[in-house]
Amino acid sequence: MNKIIDKTQLSAEVFKIKVEAQLIAEECLPGQFIMLQVDENGERIPLTIADSDRKNGTINLIFQTVGKTTHLLSEINKGEYILNLVGPLGKPTHVEKVGTVLCVGGGIGVAPLYPIAKAMKVIGNKLVVIIGARNKSLIILEDEMKAIADELIICTDDGSYGQKSLVTHPLKELCERREKPDLVVAIGPPIMMKFCAETTRPYKVSTIVSLNTIMIDGTGMCGGCRVNVGGKARFVCVDGPEFDGHLVDFDNMMQRLGSYKKREEEDHHKCHMDLEYKKKMSDRK
Amino acid sequence: MNSSRIENNNSDKDKSQKIAFDNKTLSPKERLSIPPQEMPTQDHHLRIKNMKEVALGYSAEQAKVEAMRCLQCKNAPCIAGCPVGIDIPNFIKAIADGDNKTAIEIIKKSSLLPAVCGRVCPQETQCQAPCTVGKSLKDVNKAVSIGRLERFVADWERDSGILAAPTTKKETGKKVAVIGSGPASITVAADVRREGHSVTMFEAFHKTGGVMVYGIPEFRLPKKIVQEEVNTLKKMGVKIETNFVVGRTRKLADLMAKDGFNAVFIGAGAGLPRFMNIEGENLVGVFSANEYLTRANLMKAYDSSNAHTPIFSARKVAILGGGNVAMDAARMAVRLGAEEVHLIYRRTEVEMPARVEEVSHAKEEGVIFHMLENAKRILPDEKGRVRAIECLRYALGEPDESGRRRPVVIEGSEFELELDAVIVAIGNDSNPLIKQTTPGLETNKWGNIITDENCKTSLDGVYAGGDIVLGAATVILAMGQGRIAAKAINEYLRQK
Repeated sequence: MNKIIDKTQLSAEVFKIKVEAQLIAEECLPGQFIMLQVDENGERIPLTIADSDRKNGTINLIFQTVGKTTHLLSEINKGEYILNLVGPLGKPTHVEKVGTVLCVGGGIGVAPLYPIAKAMKVIGNKLVVIIGARNKSLIILEDEMKAIADELIICTDDGSYGQKSLVTHPLKELCERREKPDLVVAIGPPIMMKFCAETTRPYKVSTIVSLNTIMIDGTGMCGGCRVNVGGKARFVCVDGPEFDGHLVDFDNMMQRLGSYKKREEEDHHKCHMDLEYKKKMSDRK
Repeated sequence: MNSSRIENNNSDKDKSQKIAFDNKTLSPKERLSIPPQEMPTQDHHLRIKNMKEVALGYSAEQAKVEAMRCLQCKNAPCIAGCPVGIDIPNFIKAIADGDNKTAIEIIKKSSLLPAVCGRVCPQETQCQAPCTVGKSLKDVNKAVSIGRLERFVADWERDSGILAAPTTKKETGKKVAVIGSGPASITVAADVRREGHSVTMFEAFHKTGGVMVYGIPEFRLPKKIVQEEVNTLKKMGVKIETNFVVGRTRKLADLMAKDGFNAVFIGAGAGLPRFMNIEGENLVGVFSANEYLTRANLMKAYDSSNAHTPIFSARKVAILGGGNVAMDAARMAVRLGAEEVHLIYRRTEVEMPARVEEVSHAKEEGVIFHMLENAKRILPDEKGRVRAIECLRYALGEPDESGRRRPVVIEGSEFELELDAVIVAIGNDSNPLIKQTTPGLETNKWGNIITDENCKTSLDGVYAGGDIVLGAATVILAMGQGRIAAKAINEYLRQK
C-alpha cells in the first residue's frame, strides 16, 4: 500500500501524483519505471518515474487517462492508497557527457524525459529540449524544462502554443545545424519516436528512445513486452526500457500494443460513461 | 481398526464386484489382485467450462484399498525414487491401517508441501517408476498411486483442522532473507525459522507462492492450498514483503550490509521465457506460456466481468511444447473458450516430459495432439496478427545426449495450420536481474547460479536453490534443494 501525498491535475486528461515509496525513492535513477496495481481486480501497468525525492521518500508519477487503470488511478484522492507498487524497474539511462544532448518529449512522454534531461544537464552537457503536444492544454512541465534547458522549443499540432509543427520539424533543423546534437533522447507516443528516429537517421545522430509496452510482471518473466531490436527479440522490462531508436521495429511494436484493443475500447467507453454519469450526479447536487 | 472390512466401491466396469480385505492377512498375491483405484475427476464436459480442480481426490475407503496394494517391500525402491526420500512404505502402511495421522506425520518429516506435491509431482517417473507392484503387473501406470495417497492424507489433515504451525525455537537474533516465495523458498523459510532465526521473505509479485500461483492453474492446484502453506509460515513468524524485487528495490549486498541480514537464500525461479527464434514470433497473438498463464491465474483474467486484465480470446490456438506448462496452457485455452486447441510437439508422446495424468486429462478435454511436428514459422495476416503456423514433420532418429531419440526433420514436409494464437511453452532461461546486480555471484553459461552440494553460492552467506539453480525443474526438486540449503544456512549461522 502506497499513500498518495499530493495530486494535481495538469490538464483535462493528465494527472501528477506524489506517492510515498521510501525504498523506490532511495534506489531509482533516471529512465526507470514502476509497476502498479490500483486495486484487487486491477491490471498491472508500467509507469515511468517522473521525479523522485530521496529525502522525503516520495516519487512522482505523471499519467494520462487513456485506459481503465489510469482512469481508476485518477480517481484515487490525496491521502488514499494505491494497493500495489513495485520498482524501480528497468535499466537506468546511461548518463554521460557527450556534448550537446537534444531531448524530445511528446505529450505525456515529457514526464519520464524530465529526470533524464536533468541528469544530462547536471553531468555537463549542453541541453536542448523540444516539447510537443496536440494543443496548448496538453503541454506539461514547461517551467521545469525551462529551468534546466539551454534552449527550449515548444510545438503544438494545432499551433495553439509555440510553433505549429510536429516535433520532427525543429528536430530536423537542429540536426542540420553545423553543430548538430551528439545525442537525441526521444520519448513520447510510439509514432512520434518512430519519426524522430527516421528524422535523425540520415544525420547519423544516435537516438535513444524509451519504450512503454504491455507488461505483467516487469521483471522478465512474461515476455509480453518483447520488441524487435536490430532483428532480435528484446525484453523492454529487463533489456530496456531504452533502446537505440534506429534499430527498433516500431511498426511491430505498435501492432503488439494493440493486442487487446477491443477490450480496451470497451473499457474506455465504460469509463467515459462512468465519468459523465458522475459529473451529471455532482452537477445535480 | 486395521481389521475393518471394506469394499472396493470404485469399479466402474463391474459395480457389483465386492472385494473384502484384511490388511493383516493379505498375501502378496492377493494384494496384486486388488484393482488400482481410479482417481475420481470432474466430468470433462463440465470441467472445461470451469476453473475448479479436475482431480477430486480419493475417498477414505479408496485410499485404504489403494494403500493395501502396497507390498511393503523390504528394499523400498520407491524411496530411492523420491527426491526428498519420504518413507513411503510406512506412510502407506499407516493409511492401510486406517491411521491417517501417523501417515501425514511420516510424510512431513521429509516433505513440507504434501498437498502440493501429491498433486503436481511427476510420480510416474519418480517414486512410482520403480514400484514392485507396477513392475509385477508390467505397467508403470498400475504401480501403487503414491502421489494420490500423499494428497489424500494431506487433504485429510487440512480438512480435519488439526493442521498446526511447527513450533519454533528460542529467537537467536540472527536474520535470514529469502528471495522468492515459491516451493524452494517456502521450504527454506520454514526450516530456518524453526531454528529460531528471524526470516523475511521477499516476493516480486503482489501475491506469494511463486510458480504455484502464477503458473500452475487453479484446476490443477487450488490457490487456497498454496495460501494455507504461506499462512503457516506467517503463523511461525516469517515476515513477508511483497512488491519487492531484490536487485532493484534493494541490492542483495545491501540486504546484508545495510539491513543486517546474516544470510540470504535465492529462490527467485527460472524467469525468462524461451522462444523458438522463428519467423513471426513477435506477431500479435503469440505469447509465452508464462504470460498466458499469469494473465489467467495470477491476474484472474478468465473472470472478465471482474478482473481488469485482458486475455487474448482466440478461436484456434496452438501450443508449442510437451511439458506440464504446455498442458496447463492448452487446458487453460480450452477453458477460455477456444474451439480448437492444438498441441505441437516434435517428439512422440513417450518422450513428453509432462505428467501422464495431465496428458490424459488434456486429451479428454479435447486438446488435439500433433506428435512429431514442429513449428517452422508463424504467418501473419495483413494487420500483423497470427493467421497460420507452418509446421514440419519429424521422424525419430538415434538417441541424443538426453537419452531420448532425436527428432529428425522430414525435408519438404511443410504444411499449414490456420490459427489465431500461438503459445510458446518450451521452457525458461534464468532471470538475469539478481546476477546483473550482484557482483561476485557466479553463474553458468545459461545464467543459472552455481552452487556446491550444500546449495552455497560463490558468495559467503549466500545460498540458492530451485529453478534459478536447476533450470526449469519441478516443485519437489525445488523443495529438496530448499531442505539442503536450509540445513546449510542453519549450520552457517550456528558457527557464526
